[in-house]
Amino acid sequence: MTAREIAAAVRRGDRSARSVVEEHLAAIEGREPELHAFNLVMRDDALAAADEVDALVARSEDPGPLAGVPVALKDNLCTRGVPTTCSSRILEGWQPPYTATVVDRLREAGGIPIGKTNLDEFAMGSSTENSAFGPTRNPRDPSRVPGGSSGGSAAAVAAGFAPLALGSDTGGSIRQPAALCGAVGLKPTYGRVSRYGLIAFASSLDQIGPFAENVDDAALLLEAIWGHDRFDSTSIDSVPEPLGDSSDVAGVRIGIVEELTDAEGIQPEVKAAVERAAAGLEAAGAKVERVQVPSCAYGLSAYYLIAPAEASSNLARYDGVRYGLRVDGADVAEMNANTRAAGFGPEVKRRIMLGTYALSAGYYDAYYGQAQKVRTLIIRDFERAYESFDVLLSPTSPTTAFELGAKTADPLAMYLSDVCTIPSNLAGHPAITVPFGTGASGLPVGVQVLAPALGEPLMFRVARAIEGAAS
Amino acid sequence: MSGRLSSSDVEHVAQLARLALTADEVEQLTEQLTVILDHAQDVAALDLEGVPPTAHPLPLTNVLRPDDVRPSLDRDEVLAQAPSTEDHRFRVPRILGEAP
Repeated sequence: MTAREIAAAVRRGDRSARSVVEEHLAAIEGREPELHAFNLVMRDDALAAADEVDALVARSEDPGPLAGVPVALKDNLCTRGVPTTCSSRILEGWQPPYTATVVDRLREAGGIPIGKTNLDEFAMGSSTENSAFGPTRNPRDPSRVPGGSSGGSAAAVAAGFAPLALGSDTGGSIRQPAALCGAVGLKPTYGRVSRYGLIAFASSLDQIGPFAENVDDAALLLEAIWGHDRFDSTSIDSVPEPLGDSSDVAGVRIGIVEELTDAEGIQPEVKAAVERAAAGLEAAGAKVERVQVPSCAYGLSAYYLIAPAEASSNLARYDGVRYGLRVDGADVAEMNANTRAAGFGPEVKRRIMLGTYALSAGYYDAYYGQAQKVRTLIIRDFERAYESFDVLLSPTSPTTAFELGAKTADPLAMYLSDVCTIPSNLAGHPAITVPFGTGASGLPVGVQVLAPALGEPLMFRVARAIEGAAS
Repeated sequence: MSGRLSSSDVEHVAQLARLALTADEVEQLTEQLTVILDHAQDVAALDLEGVPPTAHPLPLTNVLRPDDVRPSLDRDEVLAQAPSTEDHRFRVPRILGEAP
C-alpha cells in the first residue's frame, strides 16, 4: 500500500493505525538486524501515537493527511526526550529538550514517527559508513552501501520499514541514497522547509526533504512539512503553491545538463537511464535538448570548501560544556580538545580541519572567498539555462550502489559521489530523484530533475512523467 | 598557491579547531588534506575579479519579529543533558590560571 492509500484507509476507519504500525514493526524485526537502517526503533512511542490516531477516528475526527502513516526520521532531527545522536559518539545518549518543526508538523498531520535512522556522522559522507554505530546496508544488495548521508532513511523506505522518511540534503544526502536504494527523494528549495531542530552541518546548504516509494507520496509528505516557520529565520515567508497531481509535460522545455551527464566518471548505464528518461518525456510531449551549465564543473571543489568551512563553525558548539560527551583536561581548552578528539570520527575531523584551514588567515581569500564567487557563477549559469528551459535533467549519482569499503580509504573518491547533486545546494534550488530502471548489475538508477527556486510544482509534474515512463 | 601543506600547518589548524590529534592523525591528515586542496586548485586558480561572493542562497536581511514574551526551553530539562552542573549552571574546568 502507498502512503496515500494507508492514510485514506485509516481516515475512513477501514484500517487501524495500530495495525499499520504493527505491520511495519514486524517488517523491521525481520530485516533490521541485517540492514541496520535505524539507530533507534521507537516501538512504544509509535504504538502510542497510532492509538491516538485511532482514538480520533473513533470520535469521527480527522487525524490528517498522513493518518497512521509510519515515517522514519533521520537521526539528526531533534525529538524531545528521544535520543538524537547524529550517529556520533559526541552526542550519544543526548535527549533534545525540543522537537524539530518538521516532526511536529508530520505528527499534527497524523503521521507516526517510527524510528531514528542511521547516517554518516553529522551527515558528512556519501555511504553511511561514517556512522559511529556501524554502516547501513543497501536493501537491494546488502553487500553494497545505501549511499549517504541519509542512508538509513533511504534503506528504511526501500526495505518497507516505513512508506515515508525524512532526511537532510546538504550536497545530495537525500537524493544520492534515494537513487542508490531505488527510492524517490528530493531536496526542496532552500528555505521552503523549516530547519528548526535539524542539527546544523552547513547552514547555507542544509535542507530537509522527504523519501518515498513513489512521487505522489513524496508530495504528500512535503506538503505536510513545508511552509513558513517563525523559529527558522531563513524560512521563506510565503504560502507554497500546491503540488497538484498532474503528470502533463506537453510543451515543457527540458534541458539535459551536459556537464553532469557526459562528465568523466558517469557510468554508461547511468547515462543511458537519463537518455531513456529523456526519450520518455519527449514521447509525452516535452521538448528535450542538451544544455551547458559550465560552472557546474567547479561545483564539487567549491562545495568541499564551503561546506567544511560552515561545518567547522557549526561544530564548534560540541565543546563538552552544555551537552554530550566530556573528556576532562587540565583547563577548559584542553577539555575542549580532548572531548572533540574522542567524540568525533575521522571524516568529521577531516572536514573540521579542512574548513578551519579554508577560513584561516592567509587562505580565506584563496579558498573560501573563491568558492563563494564560484557559487555566484553557478547561480548565474542556472539563471541563463532557465531562460531557455523550464527544468533540467541529469544523473543523480554518477554510479549505482558501490560495495562497502570500496571508497573509505580515498576521501576524494567518496566526495565525487556528490558531483551531480551539489550544484542545486549551492544555488538553493529544488531537485528530485526518480528511480528509472536498473543498471547492468541489476541495481537501481536514479534520474534527477532540477528546477529553479520555488519550481516544485513543475518539478513534480516532470517527476511523475518520468515515473510513468519508467513503468 | 602558497606551497604544500606541512605537518606543522596541520598541527596549527588542529589547535585553532580545538582538536587533540595523535601523531598518526596529523600524518594522515597532512596527506589527505593535500590531495583535497590539490583538487580545489581549479577553484583557487580561477580569475574571479569583479564577481561578488554568495554567502547564502536567499537575499535575506534583518528578519524581524515582534518582541513578544514566549515560553523558552525548560531550564532543568536542558541542564539534565549537561556533562556537569552546579547550582542550576553549567560547570566547567578552570579557565584562567587561578588556584582551584
